[in-house]
Amino acid sequence: MHPLTRRGFLGLTAGLSFAALTGCGTAEPTSAASTPRAGGRLRAAFAGGGAKEVLDPHLANLFVEAARSKALYDKLADLGPDVAAQPRLAEKWEPDATLTRWRITLRRAVFHNGQPVRAEDVLASYARILDPNRAFRAKSSLALIDLANSRAVDERTVEFAVKRPFVEFPNVLAAFGAYIVPAGTEDFTSPVGSGPFRFVSFEPGKSVLLKRNAEYWEGAPHLDELEFVIANEESARANALLGGQVEYAHDLTPTTARSHAAGDRMAIHRAPNSAVQAFAMKLDRPPFDNRDLREAMFLLADRPQLVESVLAGSGQVGNDLFGKGYQHYADDIPQRTRDLDKAKFLIRKAGAEGLTVKLDTSTAAAGMVEAATVFADQVKGSGLTVEVVTGNKDSYWSDTLKNGSLSSFRSGAMPIETHIAQRLLSGSGTNVTKWARPEFDALYDQAVSTVDETRRGEVYREMQRSLHAEGGYLMWGFADWIVGAAPNVGGISTAPANTLDWARFDKVWLG
Amino acid sequence: MSPRRYAARRLALGLVQVLAVVTVVFLLVQALPGDAAVALAGDNPDPRRIEQIRVTMGLDRPPLERFGEWVLGLARGDFGVSLISGRPVVEFLHDGLGPTLVLAALALVLLVPLSVVLGVLAALREGGPVDRVVTTVTVGLHSIPEFALAVVLIAVFGVQLRWLPPTAVGADLLGQPAVLVLPLVVLVARPLCSISRLVRAGMIDALASDHVRHARRLGIGVTRIRFAHALPNALAPAVQQVARTTDWLLGGVIVVEAVFVVPGLGTILVDAVAGRDLPVVQGLAVVFAVTTVVVNLVADLLAFRLAPRSVAIA
Repeated sequence: MHPLTRRGFLGLTAGLSFAALTGCGTAEPTSAASTPRAGGRLRAAFAGGGAKEVLDPHLANLFVEAARSKALYDKLADLGPDVAAQPRLAEKWEPDATLTRWRITLRRAVFHNGQPVRAEDVLASYARILDPNRAFRAKSSLALIDLANSRAVDERTVEFAVKRPFVEFPNVLAAFGAYIVPAGTEDFTSPVGSGPFRFVSFEPGKSVLLKRNAEYWEGAPHLDELEFVIANEESARANALLGGQVEYAHDLTPTTARSHAAGDRMAIHRAPNSAVQAFAMKLDRPPFDNRDLREAMFLLADRPQLVESVLAGSGQVGNDLFGKGYQHYADDIPQRTRDLDKAKFLIRKAGAEGLTVKLDTSTAAAGMVEAATVFADQVKGSGLTVEVVTGNKDSYWSDTLKNGSLSSFRSGAMPIETHIAQRLLSGSGTNVTKWARPEFDALYDQAVSTVDETRRGEVYREMQRSLHAEGGYLMWGFADWIVGAAPNVGGISTAPANTLDWARFDKVWLG
Repeated sequence: MSPRRYAARRLALGLVQVLAVVTVVFLLVQALPGDAAVALAGDNPDPRRIEQIRVTMGLDRPPLERFGEWVLGLARGDFGVSLISGRPVVEFLHDGLGPTLVLAALALVLLVPLSVVLGVLAALREGGPVDRVVTTVTVGLHSIPEFALAVVLIAVFGVQLRWLPPTAVGADLLGQPAVLVLPLVVLVARPLCSISRLVRAGMIDALASDHVRHARRLGIGVTRIRFAHALPNALAPAVQQVARTTDWLLGGVIVVEAVFVVPGLGTILVDAVAGRDLPVVQGLAVVFAVTTVVVNLVADLLAFRLAPRSVAIA
């Protein structure tokens, strides 16, 4: 389909642009971006999906859609820099003693058409997402809400009935795509939200233009206008930025970042701990139903080398646990390091000497094929052979959920509780490692019904200890999320991708 | 056979070809792993959710039924709606056709006169320095793949010298013609060689042919011999090559669109295949097939007009 290979092409561009820049030499004065300044139009380049692009915030799937939804709409809560839920349209939330009824008080906010955001709009938005005939992304997160028994107490108070005691309910309110739209909205050709920007125009696959919402409840944005433009190739986003055609280029590769970090035409902004990079072993089938063999795999990974080669140094090593730096992360568990001798011993003990294991991977996420290749090389000499199999990128996640025994894995930021609920319980919909243990499920239930945060944190740590010891995820690193911007752009946050402050343009200014 | 009857027969055959292409494309997309629901679910492949998406998209119905419905709709001029966004396929075609047509038309406007002039110049000075320079430069350009040329041009003229915009991101192509310069250079670079070489070879043959020699003996002026007698015969084979190039350009040159961020038909095709958005892929297949049939028919008729004796219409 594509006559050029993406990686070869990227490498070539990066190299050439670098050569061009170093040859250039004359330094232009960089304008300081330290003091906020009002006004101007910021053009932000994102990868898009052409046909897939929609303005309905409940259908949002791509990064560009998430960023646009955030500019136009609000959620009741969103994820802070520590990936814990913080209030947004909800001014506060209070559970009752049973943790099954939650009272949400709404902020005084208005939609772009002048109507206030009411309890009724919240209930209607959630009802739309939970519609049994539809398949919105936030549906599984919101499924915990018993909508029939939820009610609007008054204009600005909603009382949610929750199907079981759930102290992490704010995580639900912060779910991906759980935006509040005016009640009854079905037509999103000219979207009306309560967010910091108002809609101006949309050309699918090309651009979306928004303008400042002076009445935004959190204060008006610095920018007058915000334009999202689509450039699918990373090199094109970088070139557009270097050529002054855009001021913000989302999702750049570590190679690009490395080439331009020293230059004065592009400022590189890194958001650490944004994406976990891993290999997933399936516990319900040979050979990784054997605990010793899983431990051997943990010990075979040379994590610093993987971070250095695959992420070009733009990341940190992982300790086989999700959510480094997030709330409730078990940072007291010692970091695993490579131990070839012990791994060999464990492989012999498991009777797996001479075994060849297929490692499924694809280009569905950046760095996965590279990581698989490097890891296959690190395994050499251990008695085990890892054979890398590159599959179709468009159906990769669905394929590896069902098939194979070892696969590349990557995930964006989400609360540790959400990660567990979606991937590590017996009934989880995307349980790729097939980790299914009644005692672990019971710990989860205990955690989400423990009000005291310290005690709850202790339960989460206990769960993480068992995952670290014998789980199926070999989480070797956390990739930085890399954004390029013109040097005069200020206010870009380094919070992990998918959290509130990521791609948040109401706090950004043009200096 | 008269050209008119020939055209009618070719068009009837073209209809069959278009249907065949659409069927093959349908089968090929069916053979791809995963469907639109799987592609849309992406890294959140909860099987229950995928099943639900399938139902909302109507993918739970038998593929043959969906295909039949789509073909019937096509007969009424209805291309259907995108599985993913629900927008009519015609809108996608309309959105993508604009940039692709602009690029293709401008590329041809530059390409055809330029390659004819170069070919004729080279032929008239066969073996001379002009011929050698033209040959070296065009063959050199031909040997550079589009993406490599594009990358170099962007790095030099777009990023380092800043003479031209490096991409067309977010731009209105006709409103800001500067964004078209680099993509057009890339699009013209390769076909320039094949067409000018054909013109050169045809011209050399024609100049040495009996009828040109006869014309010379009749005492007709050199210029008139060259351009009224030799050139039309020389152009006939080149016309076929121009047709192939036109076809290539109208298909939306994916590499050029991707590198320069031109949201044309090629980009839409790549996105639609990645999303398994079958109605959009099918709609594009129809457009590409019709383009190919029509362009080749026009080329045959044109070649026949230029050199009735050398081209057999059968």
